[in-house]
Amino acid sequence: MTRLACITVFSMAVLVPCLSALGELRFPPPEFESGYRFPEGAPLPAARPVLYEYADAVLLTVALLLASHLILRRRNRRAIFGLMVLALFYFGFWRDGCICPIGAIQNVTLTAFDSSYAIPLAAAAFFVIPLVFTLFCGRVFCGAVCPLGAIQDAVLIHPVRVPRWLESGLRLLAYTYLGAGVLFAAVGSAFLICRYDPFIGFFRMTGNWNILILGASLLFIGLFVGRPYCRFLCPYGVILRHLSRLSKRRVTITPNECIKCRLCEDACPFGAIREPTEDWPEGEYRIAKKRLVLFLVLLPVLVAAGGWGGYALKERLARLHPRVRTAERVFLEETGRVTGTTNASDAFRTTGQASEVLYREATAIRNRFAVGGGLLGAFVGLVAGGKLVALSVRRRRTEYEADRAGCFACGRCYESCPKEHERLKKAKGAVAGL
Amino acid sequence: MPSSKEDMTRRKFLREGLWGACLAGAGTAAGLSVARNNQNNMVWQIDPYKCIGCGNCATYCVLEHSAVKCVQAYAICGYCDLCTGYLVPEPKALDTGAENELCPTGAIKRTYVEDPYYEYTIDETLCNGCGKCVKGCLAFGNGSLFLQVRHDRCKNCNECSIAAACPSQAYKRVPTDQPYLLKKVDLKE
Repeated sequence: MTRLACITVFSMAVLVPCLSALGELRFPPPEFESGYRFPEGAPLPAARPVLYEYADAVLLTVALLLASHLILRRRNRRAIFGLMVLALFYFGFWRDGCICPIGAIQNVTLTAFDSSYAIPLAAAAFFVIPLVFTLFCGRVFCGAVCPLGAIQDAVLIHPVRVPRWLESGLRLLAYTYLGAGVLFAAVGSAFLICRYDPFIGFFRMTGNWNILILGASLLFIGLFVGRPYCRFLCPYGVILRHLSRLSKRRVTITPNECIKCRLCEDACPFGAIREPTEDWPEGEYRIAKKRLVLFLVLLPVLVAAGGWGGYALKERLARLHPRVRTAERVFLEETGRVTGTTNASDAFRTTGQASEVLYREATAIRNRFAVGGGLLGAFVGLVAGGKLVALSVRRRRTEYEADRAGCFACGRCYESCPKEHERLKKAKGAVAGL
Repeated sequence: MPSSKEDMTRRKFLREGLWGACLAGAGTAAGLSVARNNQNNMVWQIDPYKCIGCGNCATYCVLEHSAVKCVQAYAICGYCDLCTGYLVPEPKALDTGAENELCPTGAIKRTYVEDPYYEYTIDETLCNGCGKCVKGCLAFGNGSLFLQVRHDRCKNCNECSIAAACPSQAYKRVPTDQPYLLKKVDLKE
């Protein structure tokens, strides 16, 4: 009986395979005699109202205003830490770490390259607002508002010093990551930065095991190396670094003038305090000059080599696009090189499209990756060359100061300055005197 | 030294110029985004006419229990006795015995309506979004069972990990005020 029923159904499926495509049903819905009515079914819950997203953007602005005030005016590490923890709880654990400015880079990129994509206003606001604040006040976002920075800052217990050349070299990872994130978003292939966000699993208390392990390892490293993600990986940090160099106001270790007491030398766990420099001895100066010329000549070579390397990687990069993978699979199946089908090739065949359409699409994506891969490689080469040049240039500094680009504006160094203690005492005295 | 002073002003001029350019760049990004924004946010949803019920929804979601659940469109359902969305191929009997059920979590309830019709309802608390019933119903039934992202559960990730793993490009961003893509009753009158 069962077998018979099965055969009936199977044969029906074979006989009327395209009826559903024509808008007809295989089995006509019954006309009930018992007065049966369709059940209501479970209600479909509405999506989160847009209003909340705007509220988030407003909260971000308020948090950044407060951060700027605490970091530049009040100069109070404890208050900054308090704000940082609040931001960690709201933007991190409460809002599940999504949306964040780091990922918003990709939304903005996709907006620029894909005219059919409508960017959420919140994503645009989260991308732009911290940039504007950085142009005015330095990296106050990194210091007190970013949940990814906060979770690392909170676990830092025993900072070790990373040599400058190593720090500079490792930072190349962040530039590459930024370039790759922009490339993949521009081609519409993936949001890499979101896919490999290491801390989102902690914020959500659930997630992919690989990412959780990556996050845990970064937090473990973060016990000893201050903010490893921010310093060596964060793509948004790369943008903020360079904007922070131009900022109108910035973190200064001392409230008035540096007395070169060297007390702040070890105050920064992120290696962002620069000591005063002396003039180079004549002999060393000449060697450095030669080295600089060499690196300047090497710069275009590095750019060209990087560009060529990126171009050579186009096939591999393109294969990360699901459409290209499907096209390759369909091609292999149709030329008989593999037997069997995959979900993706099955799904493609059910659309009834010709394989040529798919192949053409894949070729277009490959071409985009050829150009984009070349550009990405050239960018990495340029940054590497620029770093070599920067390492052989010495800026004249007369006092201890926070490196404009590398300073996260965490406020740890304030307390180490005796001038700051003097200022606080005076301020207290003024309050008591009233 | 006058030359050093001049140098400083040049540097300052460049700096100010760059600063202005960066601010203008941020402004352009903001302007472009506002121009492209459609006053509405976007959320992820599955196009039921593209979904093939591959099972990725149950495993690729960042949530431990997927945000995707099955929906029954009663108006399309054939109320079959031999429901290929409910029963395994070649079931031992056409009843509610667990060995006959296709659903791994027993989320589909089969109730008798009248001869020869049975009603199939989905218990959403049990459904894990694996799509086995969807595949069965698509293959030999009317396709009344289909998957949808439930927005009370969905975190609306910037990049949906299920969408990244979807073999049939069934995931797309839809406006917040129409967050579901339901199967329409599409009968020939």
